[in-house]
Amino acid sequence: MSYIKVHQDKIADREAAKALCPFGAIAENAEGVLEIGAGCRMCRLCIRKGGGAFEFVDDSAPGVDKSKWRGVAVVTELLPDGDLHPVGLELLGKARELAAKIDHPVMAVVIGSGTDAVVDKVLAYGADEVHVYDDPALAHFRIEPYANALSDFIEAVHPSSVLVGGTVNGRSLAPRVAARFRTGLTADCTVLDMSPTTDLDQIRPAYGGNIMAHINTPRHRPQFATVRYKIFAMPKKGAPHGKVVRHALSADRLASLVEVLEARRKPVEKGIEEAEALVVCGRGVKKPEDVEMLRELAALLGGEVASTRAVVEAGWMDAKRQIGLSGRTVKPKLIVTCGVSGAIQFVAGMNNSETIVAINTDPKASIFKVAHVGVVGDLYTVVPELIARIKAKKEAK
Amino acid sequence: MKILVCIKQVPGTTQVEIDETTGTLKRDGVPAKMNPFDLYALETALRIKKETGAEVTALTMGPPQCEKVVREAFMMGVDRGVILSDRAFGGADVLMTSFTLAEGVRKTGPYDLIICGKQTTDGDTAQVGAEMAEWLGIPHVVNVKSIDRLEADAISLTVDLPDYEMAERIPYPCLMTVEKGIFEPRLPSYRLKCATADREITWLALGDLGDKDPKHYGLNGSPTQVKRIFPPESHVEHVMLEGDDREKAAKLADLLEERKFLQ
Repeated sequence: MSYIKVHQDKIADREAAKALCPFGAIAENAEGVLEIGAGCRMCRLCIRKGGGAFEFVDDSAPGVDKSKWRGVAVVTELLPDGDLHPVGLELLGKARELAAKIDHPVMAVVIGSGTDAVVDKVLAYGADEVHVYDDPALAHFRIEPYANALSDFIEAVHPSSVLVGGTVNGRSLAPRVAARFRTGLTADCTVLDMSPTTDLDQIRPAYGGNIMAHINTPRHRPQFATVRYKIFAMPKKGAPHGKVVRHALSADRLASLVEVLEARRKPVEKGIEEAEALVVCGRGVKKPEDVEMLRELAALLGGEVASTRAVVEAGWMDAKRQIGLSGRTVKPKLIVTCGVSGAIQFVAGMNNSETIVAINTDPKASIFKVAHVGVVGDLYTVVPELIARIKAKKEAK
Repeated sequence: MKILVCIKQVPGTTQVEIDETTGTLKRDGVPAKMNPFDLYALETALRIKKETGAEVTALTMGPPQCEKVVREAFMMGVDRGVILSDRAFGGADVLMTSFTLAEGVRKTGPYDLIICGKQTTDGDTAQVGAEMAEWLGIPHVVNVKSIDRLEADAISLTVDLPDYEMAERIPYPCLMTVEKGIFEPRLPSYRLKCATADREITWLALGDLGDKDPKHYGLNGSPTQVKRIFPPESHVEHVMLEGDDREKAAKLADLLEERKFLQ
């Protein structure tokens, strides 16, 4: 068992000791003894800041034999049209980096129906082994057969780490299978590294991105992590060298209670994730008509308009154009924020953009902390002038 | 029909900051509230209740003060409340949270339909629902954007994917997580507040559950460990353009041209 032991004798100031816990989990019990309560999130701040009054005691049994778990596996996802979701390729690039540090192979898992083109693609992106589950019963994502396929792979191959794209289906599949193996899953990692012990160092935002947490799965394998699209860079294509291993599932493991009645494609619209340049409408924009000015700027920059949550909630823009933790994560080459204050939930969805330009009247706005180029000024003067200048430059060419 | 909705009390704001010098969290005293995504789950359950006459139970896990969110659920029209609260449940990661909730379901169920919000605003993992379904051995779907048809033994719904909508039919028992916007959540009603003020809530501690081994809960059972928490980094290199607004705009246009954004 592991727990936090409270050394009452080392506590000089009880109120200060209680205040150490950001979650209010340090409290006095009926006997006036300080205890760690149910609110504990194991952030260990009390251990680090408590001057020895709080001790982490860990006498739990040793975990699995990590040497028996080899390989960094990437679960790829087929879209309903049969193409590969690009997050899988980004993860293959990261998996190669991680696997090289511990000399493990990179594995790709392909689950679907009619997967040949996808198998070729993942081979070209450097997988050492491609494990394929191809069956008409896997044509649509349905949780039971997909979870059975991934579980079958884990039972057969014993990978050390399993990386899954943080897509809608990935965030459905990964937890289901992680629970089946009674192992750890870290959602929406933004940084991954590999320690020599083969423990995956996972860093993820919590509290809307206001806190970063470094998380390990020290005693269990495999260790699951999900990563959203566009967090990691797309690797370069190379000469295929990997082997293909085909697996089959029995009929009962392919069965599902979920019946897919229809897959409807939504009207095609270029998403803000694909745009190379974005102009973002924030609360500093006063009227819905003024979005037009930002649209013009976006068009001149060859990009799209996007917005903060407040603007979507006001009904000025479609939710698909919302950047941030409750919207989309974007990583364009250029992003120009107009009248955006830079709430951390927003910033978490765009701070990997290559060049960030911020226009805001308030010099103290937190957007300027992440901006590479800051313009303290009124967007109603700056943007029209900028549009005029860009037009002049384009005409001069 | 019996419906269970999982709800959670979260900090009133996510605007928590870490003091860079001491490494401690700065709290601002904003009171805790119901996870906003759970309101959509509650509303979905209450709409189904209106059509089918289902009984709706709200389940939560947390320190004793989380009773507040169950009371709030009563004010929206929920019939029963269950709270899982025990020191042994503290420090739970996704696996242990989902296990404890599943134990609560086993103790107070069975339920035909379990509805969860898309995610919480504090943990943001969006994965507890799927893990719960695995513990309970029932199918699940995530990101449900509409309920299309209710039958005696199954539910038809639409799952929202970025480029597709999937119309699906699932027999009970099953679990689903709903998108925000599936229905507009109702406000708590004063009439229901008065009517439910004395309604009893089922409190479950470790000793009340089927699995009573403290090693299977909370921190002890959690495979993930938080090594440390720290503030997000912010870019230090940046230029602020000088001049009046028009001059700044001119400088920005030059800069965009230099960096080849005008091609």
